[in-house]
Amino acid sequence: MSPKIRSAVLAPVLAVAVAALLCGLALLISGDSPLQAFGVMISQLGSGTVAVDTVNSAAVYYIAALAVAIGFQMKLFNIGVEGQFRVAAAVAAVVGGTLPLPPVLHTLVIIAVAALSGAAWVAIPALLKAYRGVSEVISTIMLNAVATGLIAYLISPDTFGQLVGNNITTPPIEPSGWFPGLALGESGTLFGMILVAAVLGVGYWFLLGRTRFGFELRASGQSPTAAAAGGVNARRMVLIALLTSGAVAGLVGLPELLGRDHAYTLTSPSGYGFTGIAIALLGRNHPVGIALGALLWAFLDKSAVALDVVGTPREIVLIMQGLIVLSVVVAYEVVRRVDLRAEQRRVAAATPTRPRPAEVGT
Amino acid sequence: MSTAAGSEYAVELRGITKRFPGVVANSDIDLAVRRGEVHALCGENGAGKSTLMKILYGMQGADEGTISVDGTEVVFRTPGDAIAAGIGMVHQHFMLADNLTVAENVLLGAERLHGIGRRARDRIAELAATVGLVASPSERVERLGVADRQRLEILKVLYRGARTVILDEPTAVLVPQEVDELFATLAAMRAQGYTFLFISHKLDEVRAIADTITVIRRGTSVGTADPATVTNRELAEMMVGSELPTPQTRDSTVTDREVLRVAGLGLADPAGGRDLLDGIDLVVHAGEVLGIAGVEGNGQTELVESVMGMRRGTRGRVLLAGTDVSGATTMARREAGIGYIPEDRSRHALLPEQPLWANRVLGFQSRAPIGRRGLIDRAAARSDTERIVADFDVRTPGIDVTAGALSGGNQQKLVVGRELSGDPVLLVAAHPTRGVDVGAQAGIWSELRRARAAGLAVLLVSADLDELIGLSDTLAVILDGRLVGTADPATVTPEQLGTAMTGATA
Ligand SMILES: Nc1ncnc2c1ncn2[C@@H]1O[C@H](COP(=O)(O)OP(=O)(O)OP(=O)(O)O)[C@@H](O)[C@H]1O
Ligand SMILES: [Mg+2]
Repeated sequence: MSPKIRSAVLAPVLAVAVAALLCGLALLISGDSPLQAFGVMISQLGSGTVAVDTVNSAAVYYIAALAVAIGFQMKLFNIGVEGQFRVAAAVAAVVGGTLPLPPVLHTLVIIAVAALSGAAWVAIPALLKAYRGVSEVISTIMLNAVATGLIAYLISPDTFGQLVGNNITTPPIEPSGWFPGLALGESGTLFGMILVAAVLGVGYWFLLGRTRFGFELRASGQSPTAAAAGGVNARRMVLIALLTSGAVAGLVGLPELLGRDHAYTLTSPSGYGFTGIAIALLGRNHPVGIALGALLWAFLDKSAVALDVVGTPREIVLIMQGLIVLSVVVAYEVVRRVDLRAEQRRVAAATPTRPRPAEVGT
Repeated sequence: MSTAAGSEYAVELRGITKRFPGVVANSDIDLAVRRGEVHALCGENGAGKSTLMKILYGMQGADEGTISVDGTEVVFRTPGDAIAAGIGMVHQHFMLADNLTVAENVLLGAERLHGIGRRARDRIAELAATVGLVASPSERVERLGVADRQRLEILKVLYRGARTVILDEPTAVLVPQEVDELFATLAAMRAQGYTFLFISHKLDEVRAIADTITVIRRGTSVGTADPATVTNRELAEMMVGSELPTPQTRDSTVTDREVLRVAGLGLADPAGGRDLLDGIDLVVHAGEVLGIAGVEGNGQTELVESVMGMRRGTRGRVLLAGTDVSGATTMARREAGIGYIPEDRSRHALLPEQPLWANRVLGFQSRAPIGRRGLIDRAAARSDTERIVADFDVRTPGIDVTAGALSGGNQQKLVVGRELSGDPVLLVAAHPTRGVDVGAQAGIWSELRRARAAGLAVLLVSADLDELIGLSDTLAVILDGRLVGTADPATVTPEQLGTAMTGATA
């Protein structure tokens, strides 16, 4: 167990260190001081709402990465988390802003609608994949583009939206539908949906590691033929895996929708689906790894703002994020090989050169 | 041609050591292969034969030791390096592209040698004569039988310039006549100066074809034997280090309780050719082993997969203990008590990346003691895996190693142990002892006999005619997707059965 944990920790730490080193070099070359830049970024955590913002956006990233990771477990590449979450957020905002409902129920209905919309948006690629063998990579990418059009239609003033200033927005959700957060005064307000993200993480761990469903999911990912011979219905697994991924993706937009914005607008954020792919890779599909990856990513995003203050281009953070993903992939391979070598030396030391003569007996 | 010093040997391996986590697969192995000989490698499952050959073929690096080819020391980093030095390997699982033609399979990746035009075609024709392949170069590989595919594999490595060819368990899939033909080809090629390294668990064959036998035990070479004088018993003792168990005598345990009935089963060819199965009728009773004899590719796979529900018959019915299960899923059939040993263990029976205990779960994830209300009981899976490892003598450093790290024969033992657990009522077994050594084969046979005596019904498909005759209570011959005759295992000889299988009138 312990060497397993050691290599699980070692690789990402190594990767982050290498990425930081390379970024430092890039800063030096461009004539900035890496120490100053990193110092400013870290000291940001203490100022204003940066710490809370970091945790809040980590929760969003976390949900997105879980959605991606569910597909990864079955070797399905759901690139459409982006489209699924945006469609789901828009539909949930429309429903939540239109239906008058009592507190709690209102929130629950919005969450359910978001999950269902996410699942519905991925249902098309899922069915195509299961019954026609169409690559989910292609179909989900294309549906990302379609999603943009659908959202524009949904929130246009002619349908469900309204014009506010020079922005178009869905009808605002009444406070009965909000998800209460934890107000920390000066430092900002933590999203209540962080709890939901944590529950999703635990659920993901339990589902994959401890249940028949999780076993069948991973089995079909690793060997569809052996899974079929073992009684797993491959077609059903493709459907369920993608639908679950889509349902989780549907929740990605909710922390902000129910905790801060209360409406879906033309300028509502996007890109979380793609960030989720990078973080799922970073966390190696492991619920704890993904959580750490999400926090790191969010920290880099939020503290980048401070770089302008010291006159360092904040794009350096984008470079760093890219470098981290690359070096994680490399670091895992390096650590794996080193471990294998060490293990082989251990075996060699523990075994005599000539094997002992065959034991007598039955 | 001038010969360099010490080049009496085509290949010489000295002091080869290879360690994997938890095991030493090869420990200080020496192997010297003369030019123009057939050199057999014998040894128990997990002894390290395949590992040694993969090292020679550049697929894995040795931790220690040297390789010399024609007296010159070489280092192979990839199979490409080995091929450049004239060494080729035919794996037990064929690596051909089914939907390409014979010629395309040969040329794929070797276009630079003789181009893809006239010169290449001439060379292929020439080599086809050498390996005895009669199929036309424009024939699609999916239409070839196993024996022809094997010849094509050999042709492929010869085309790439191999003079020394490694054959890893080439005869496991062949019927006796095909084995004889293969051996005739090898003998003719040997006369032309080709060298062969040959792995097999069938000692009779080894003694028939080999010029020298090297025995490997527990990762090290224990010596060579002269096939002209050594007996099977002596060989086995060299391999195992102790005496072999003698097969026990048997009494019939057949009852009149019907377990499996297949009625009028037919299966259309999705590609539109002739029906894959047609009018199959058979019954297996509790305590009975029904053996299906046939040359590979005559519908055995389809029959087995139809019984398992992995294919749906176009006509006819499958009944388990009187209940029609024709429409049931594979899982439902397994839950009703069918155990299944597939013919291709690496593709259909195992999750190579998963540890042994997780492989124990596969196929049993919905049933006690492993599955409970949608959850997996890891502790139960682990302890039952320990039991299988002990009972079936699976050689492994532990149950946390991945299934892909086990040697071929040990993987097979694990699968057999798993499928016999949970007291199945019917076992559908395709080649249950393929790739296992003589000792383990006897072990699996006695487990099967024990389960049969307790009332297990077995539908047995095997290319090993001794196994088929030795285990079966009833024999049926399959040809072109139809059951064309029966034989009495008490009186039939392997030769007679082999003849019936090829469709010649016996
Ligand atoms: N990739 C691997 N990782 C870890 N262990 C391995 C690996 N490949 C082989 N081994 C181990 O090395 C040993 C020798 O395996 P090998 O496949 O060479 O046996 P073999 O003689 O070919 O046996 P068989 O007759 O069953 O095919 C076995 O104990 C096996 O578990
Ligand atoms: Mg082997």
